[in-house]
Amino acid sequence: MNPPIHSLGDPVVEADDLESLLGARRVAGPATLVPATLIAVGLADAYAPLATAIGEVRVAFNGLGVSAVEDAPDDPAFEAWFRATHARAAHRAIELPTRLASAIRRRLAGDRRVRVPLDLRGHTDFEREVWAKALEIPHGEVRPYGWIAAEIGRPNAVRAVGTALGHNPVPLIVPCHRVVRSDGSIGQYSLGGPINKRALLASEGLDPDGLESLARAGVRYLGSDTTRIFCLPTCHNARRIADRHRVPFRSAADGVRAGYRACLECRPAIAA
Amino acid sequence: MVVERNGRPARRVINAEMDEPELTARLAIDLDGAFEALVRAHSDRLYAIALRLTGSPADAEDLVQDALVRAYRALGSWEAARIRDVALRPWLASIVVNLARNRARARAVRPATTSLAHELTHPRLAEPAGRERETPHGRLDRREAGEAWAARFLALPERYRGPLVLRCVDGLSYDETADVLGRPTGTVKAQVHRGLALLRAALEAETAPPSRTQEALR
Repeated sequence: MNPPIHSLGDPVVEADDLESLLGARRVAGPATLVPATLIAVGLADAYAPLATAIGEVRVAFNGLGVSAVEDAPDDPAFEAWFRATHARAAHRAIELPTRLASAIRRRLAGDRRVRVPLDLRGHTDFEREVWAKALEIPHGEVRPYGWIAAEIGRPNAVRAVGTALGHNPVPLIVPCHRVVRSDGSIGQYSLGGPINKRALLASEGLDPDGLESLARAGVRYLGSDTTRIFCLPTCHNARRIADRHRVPFRSAADGVRAGYRACLECRPAIAA
Repeated sequence: MVVERNGRPARRVINAEMDEPELTARLAIDLDGAFEALVRAHSDRLYAIALRLTGSPADAEDLVQDALVRAYRALGSWEAARIRDVALRPWLASIVVNLARNRARARAVRPATTSLAHELTHPRLAEPAGRERETPHGRLDRREAGEAWAARFLALPERYRGPLVLRCVDGLSYDETADVLGRPTGTVKAQVHRGLALLRAALEAETAPPSRTQEALR
């Protein structure tokens, strides 16, 4: 006979008896319990693939929000990259949660009303300001690095803006592909290089080659001789100007000198 | 921090039976660094409690995870001295017991909804292949939840279940059990004895040979 496992007084409870009455004392929780708990509090992450205009990327998230987007070739490569960059484990989820996937897809399709929670812990306030400003750039439009620098009140920090965008942990969601060089060329891209940046802009209805040739011709702004307003070339207001009313400007000063005012939506006058 | 390699947890690098003072001291210094040790040391026992209280492996997993998230947030808002002094075993058990009670009440009013926030905190993780605790022991334990003792246990009046689980399954003392449940120690002792007697009677009724009347009816 087994000894009593607890002194419960009368009646004495035997170990076997207790097990038949209450089930095994030792129960192993499901294998996912520990990682899921750490993910919920943001001490680890889950990830799953997402199909995009530039192919499949992997999206990592935790209880605080989306923490990373990366185009790793496979799961082990993503997990190694994630641990190296975030110093936490990433666990493969069966798929992205339905609501999260739908929020990201709507964002990528240009719906700026939908909020995608982001986990941007460990980054500087400056970086966060740059990314928040990039989030305001509409689908199918681009802005120069200098525009972001001016908009966040740091007009001389153009190079730092470029660096911050290069460190964007959640490309596509924070659309750093919509930020181009101030001379009009497409510029660098962290998620697979400039080829992907061009492909993303093309998928949003822009013509990267046309943009670059316009810039090479020295055109930085487009005005309308009916409204006498000038815009950045990809501003949705500029794209509505009919050919015969379109007036190119090489600088904001040229536009102002010609008696035009800056568009209030793309705010070109303060762009470098 | 204990890391997972190839989906296989580096288990028991930190002993599950790690001394509480050592763990609470580490939590007080570095909550984020030590919280994984707390989860590894307590998740199985909290799951055992939650499984009894809910009767459902899925609900139990959900409940334990939420309880540990609450514990993490609470510890994050406490001063170091308070963290060092907390009695982890009864405190964590009380979070599970309270959550189980609140959910049972809430569920009676309205069904659970899923939000984006809920999705982010409850990812559906792929089960790592060849994981030792899932084969065959873990599965056996899970299946057990659907077995006879669970039906008998859930048939008990609610007031007996907490005392039985905390005292007889988790092994808290009568005083700790009484604290967790907010009942007098004497009441808890009586409820444990009465609960066990009811369970034993239910078990005997099932295993007793058919009575003469039942024989006659065949």
